[in-house]
Amino acid sequence: MAGEHKHPNYMAIFWMLAILTVAELIVVFLPFGKFVNGTLLCGLAVGKAALVAMYFMHLKFETRTLGLIAITPLTIATLLVFVILPDSLYVDHKTQNVKPAASAPAKP
Amino acid sequence: MTAQAATTSQHAVEPAETPLTPESWGKLGMWIFLAGDAVGFGVLLAAYGGMRATSADWPNPYDVLGINLTAAMTFLLICSSVTMVKALEWLGRGDRAKAKMFLFFTALGGAIFVGCQAYEWTHLIQSGLHINGISGHALELAKGQGATLFGTTFFIITGFHGMHVTGGVIYLLSVIGVVSRRPDPAASYNVVEIVGLYWHFVDLVWIMVFTFMYLL
Repeated sequence: MAGEHKHPNYMAIFWMLAILTVAELIVVFLPFGKFVNGTLLCGLAVGKAALVAMYFMHLKFETRTLGLIAITPLTIATLLVFVILPDSLYVDHKTQNVKPAASAPAKP
Repeated sequence: MTAQAATTSQHAVEPAETPLTPESWGKLGMWIFLAGDAVGFGVLLAAYGGMRATSADWPNPYDVLGINLTAAMTFLLICSSVTMVKALEWLGRGDRAKAKMFLFFTALGGAIFVGCQAYEWTHLIQSGLHINGISGHALELAKGQGATLFGTTFFIITGFHGMHVTGGVIYLLSVIGVVSRRPDPAASYNVVEIVGLYWHFVDLVWIMVFTFMYLL
C-alpha cells in the first residue's frame, strides 16, 4: 500500500538545506561582485529547491510523466525570463546618473 | 444521509491505479494545481526581475529590508517541511496520534511564519515602504521610480506567498480533522501526502522569493 513508500533520510536533507541556507547568507557578504555572488546565490537556491522537490515532495520516486508535469512551469518561467530580459538591454544605465556637461550647448 | 455516507466512502477509497501516480488521482490533481501555481509565482518573479533589470535606481534590498528576521523565517519554514514529512512517516507506520501532532507542529510553524511576516510588514510600512511608493525614513535608503516599483513588487510577491502559507495552515488544520475522523491510518495517507505536496511547494517558493527579493 501507499505506506510502503520508500522514505529517504529526511534529517540528512534537512541538514543540507540548513547548511545551504547558511551558505547563502555568507555569499551575500563575499567580495566577488554582483555577478559572481548573484550566480552563486541562484545556484544555491536552485539546489535547495531541487532538494525539496526531489526528496520532500518525493519527485525522485515518482513516475517520469509526473516529473514532466513538474518541469513544465519551470520551462515556461525560463522562457519568460528570456522574453523579458532583452528589454533591459535597451535601458542606458550609464546616462541615468550623469548630469549633462556644462559645455554642452543649450537647446534652442 | 445515505447519499452522505456514499460520498464519504467514495472519498475514502480512491481509484487504485493511474498511469501517472501509482497511488492516487488526488496526487496528480495537486501536482497539476502546483504546476499552475508555479507559473503564477514564476510570472511574478520574472516581472520583478524584468523591472529590476530595467530600473537604474533600484534600491539595494538588503538596505531597505534587512535579512535577519527573514533568515530565521526561512529556517522556520524548512523546519516545518521536516515536521510535515515526519507526520507522513508516522502515519505510514500507523501512528495517528504522532502524525496529528506533527501536522499540528507544521501548521504552527506556518502560523508563526505568517505572524513574523505581519510584524515585518508593519515595521516596513511604518518605516515608509508602501505598495504604492516610498516615504519617510525609507526615502533615505531608496529613491525614485525604482524604489516605488520595489515596494509594489515586494508587497505583492511576499503577500501572494503569505496568502499561500495562510491557506496552507487552514488546509493542514482541516487535514488533522480528516485523520481524526478516519480510524484506519492507511485511509488518510493520501490526504496527508497531498497536503504535504502543497506545503513543500510553499516552502520551495519561499526559497526562491528569499533569494531573489532579499539576498540578490
